[in-house]
Amino acid sequence: MKVGKRRKVNKQTRNRYIWAYIFILPQFIVFFGLSLYPIIMSYVYSFYDWTGIGPLNKFVGFSNYISVFKEEKFWNAFKNTFIYTAGFTMVSVSAALVLALILNNPKLKGIGIYRTIYFLPVVTTTAIIGIIMKNIFGNQGLINEALKIIGVIDQAVPWLINPVTAMIVLIIVGSWKEIGIIMIYWLTGLQMIPRELYEAAHIDGAGYWQTLRHITLPLLAPIGATIILLTTVSSMHVFDLVKTLTGGGPYYSTETLELYIYRFAFASDGISQVGYASTVGVILGLTVFIISLGLGWVVMRVNKSRADAGVQG
Amino acid sequence: MNTKVGKIITHVCLIVIGIVWIYPFIWMISSSLKTNKTYLTSGINPIPEKLNWENYTRAWEVANFSTYFINSVLITLGTVIIVVTLSCLTGYALGRVDFPGRKVVIVCIGALMFIPSGYTIIPLYQFMKFLGLSNSIYGVILAESSGAHVLFILLFAAFFSRIPKEMEESAAMDGCGFLGTFFRVILPTAKPVIATAIIMQFIWTWSSFLVPLVLTLNNPELRTLAVGMLSFVGKYQTDWTGMAAGATISLLPVIIVFILMQRYFIEGISGSVK
Repeated sequence: MKVGKRRKVNKQTRNRYIWAYIFILPQFIVFFGLSLYPIIMSYVYSFYDWTGIGPLNKFVGFSNYISVFKEEKFWNAFKNTFIYTAGFTMVSVSAALVLALILNNPKLKGIGIYRTIYFLPVVTTTAIIGIIMKNIFGNQGLINEALKIIGVIDQAVPWLINPVTAMIVLIIVGSWKEIGIIMIYWLTGLQMIPRELYEAAHIDGAGYWQTLRHITLPLLAPIGATIILLTTVSSMHVFDLVKTLTGGGPYYSTETLELYIYRFAFASDGISQVGYASTVGVILGLTVFIISLGLGWVVMRVNKSRADAGVQG
Repeated sequence: MNTKVGKIITHVCLIVIGIVWIYPFIWMISSSLKTNKTYLTSGINPIPEKLNWENYTRAWEVANFSTYFINSVLITLGTVIIVVTLSCLTGYALGRVDFPGRKVVIVCIGALMFIPSGYTIIPLYQFMKFLGLSNSIYGVILAESSGAHVLFILLFAAFFSRIPKEMEESAAMDGCGFLGTFFRVILPTAKPVIATAIIMQFIWTWSSFLVPLVLTLNNPELRTLAVGMLSFVGKYQTDWTGMAAGATISLLPVIIVFILMQRYFIEGISGSVK
C-alpha cells in the first residue's frame, strides 16, 4: 500500500515485528474462535429450524422472525425488559449520584469504609444474591417480619406472588446490587471537575446548592450520559437475577427477553427450539444496538454542546 | 453542608443505610449458623442461640458444595491465567511495537465491542462440543475465557506505552532479546496492572452464571458454586439454613478478596469509564 514510504526495515526491527505477531497470535485465535465465530453463528442459527441436536439443514429464511413477532409471550418479555431497564436505570443512576455527591466531600471522615460498604454487593455473585433475596422477600421472610415489627403492615405482603410487586422487588434488588459500581463512575466524573471552579464559586459567595446546580451537575452531564448508556445496555441483558429471584414468574409477569430465550434454547420440558431462540437473541441484540446508537448520539451531543460552551466561556 | 450538625446527620444516615445495605449478608451468615427450627422462630433477630456448624458440613458433604467449590476454584484460576496472559501479551505488542497492521488490530478489537450480537452462548456451546470439550472442565474454562478483553488490553497497552524507551535500550545493550527484555525488564514493572486485571477477572469469573449453567447442563459434577446453588434450591426447598451455608461458602471468598484488594479493583473500574 505505502510502497513509496516503505523504508528498508533492518533485521532487528523485523525481529521485533515477528515477536509482536507471536504475542498477538493467542489473543487472535481466541478472538476468532470464541468471539467472532459465536457472533456470526448466532445470526446463522436464526434462519434455521433446529433443535440444537443433529445437522443444521432446515433453512427456513425469515419464518422464525415472523413467528416471533406473532408470539404474545415474546411481546410480554419485550415489555418486561423495558420496564425493568427503565426502572433500574432511573433508580440506580439517581441513587448512585446522591451517594457519590455525599462521598465526594473530602472533609468527610471514613469515606473509604462507606465506599467499601456500598460497593460490596457489586462483587457478589448475582445468582446467589437472587436466591438469598428470594428468601428475604418470601412470605415469612426478613422483609415481612421487619415491616410487621415496625408496624407498617400487619399481614405478610406476598412480594413475589403479586406481578407488580415482583417487578418492583427485581428493580430494587437489581439496583441495590449495581449502585456501588455506578457510584464509582460518578465519583470518577466528580474528581475530573477542577478544584479551582469550586474555589471560584466559593469566593463568589455561592452556597452548596447553588454550586451543585450551576457547576457540579452541568459539568457531570457528559459522563452522566455515558453512565446512562452503560447501565441501560447492561440491564437490557438481565438474566442471572431474574432466573434465580423470580424465575420469570408469577406466570411470566417478570420474564425478560434473556429468560425467554433461555426457556426456548434449553427447554427443560420437551424439545429445544434453538433456531427460534437464536432469532429472539438477534432481535434483542439489534434492539440494544439501536438503543445504544440513540443514546450514543445523545452522549455526543452533550459533549459537543459542553465543548462549545467551554469555548464561549 | 460542612457545619457540625450537618456532618453528624450525614454520618448517621450513611451508617444506618450502610447497615441496611449489607444486612442481607449479615442475615445470610447468621442464618447459616442457626438450625432450621430456630431460624423459623427467631424473627428478625440475627444472633443465633449457639453457633451451629452442622449446616456447613451438610452443604459441604451432602449437597456437593465441596465439588462445586473445587470446580469454581479451578475454572476461575484457569480463566484468570488465560485471560490475563493473553491480554498482557497483546497489550505489550500494541502498546510498544509499531508493527504493520497494528491499526487494523485496534480497529477490530474496538469494533467487536459495538457489533450487535445474538445469543452467542449456543454457538459457543456447539464449538466446545466440536472440540470435544463439552464434557470437561477445560471446555468451561475456554468458554469463560471468551470475549475480547478490551478493557484489559487497553489497560496493558496504555501502561506499556508509557514505559521510557531507555529501559528497553539498556536491556538490549545488555544483550537481552525481545523476550528477555519483556520478561526480565518490562514485566516486573507491570505488577500493579497485572494485579488489577487478575482481581477483576477473578471476581467476574467467580460470579459468572450463564456460561457454567449452560456448559454443565448435562454434567452435574462440573457445576460451579453459582450453578450448584440453583440446583440445591430446587432439591431442598425448605432447607434455608443449609442454603445460607452454601451461599456463605460461595460469597465469602470473593468478599474477602475484594476487601483485601479493593484498591486495584476500584482503580480498574474508574479507569474503564475514563
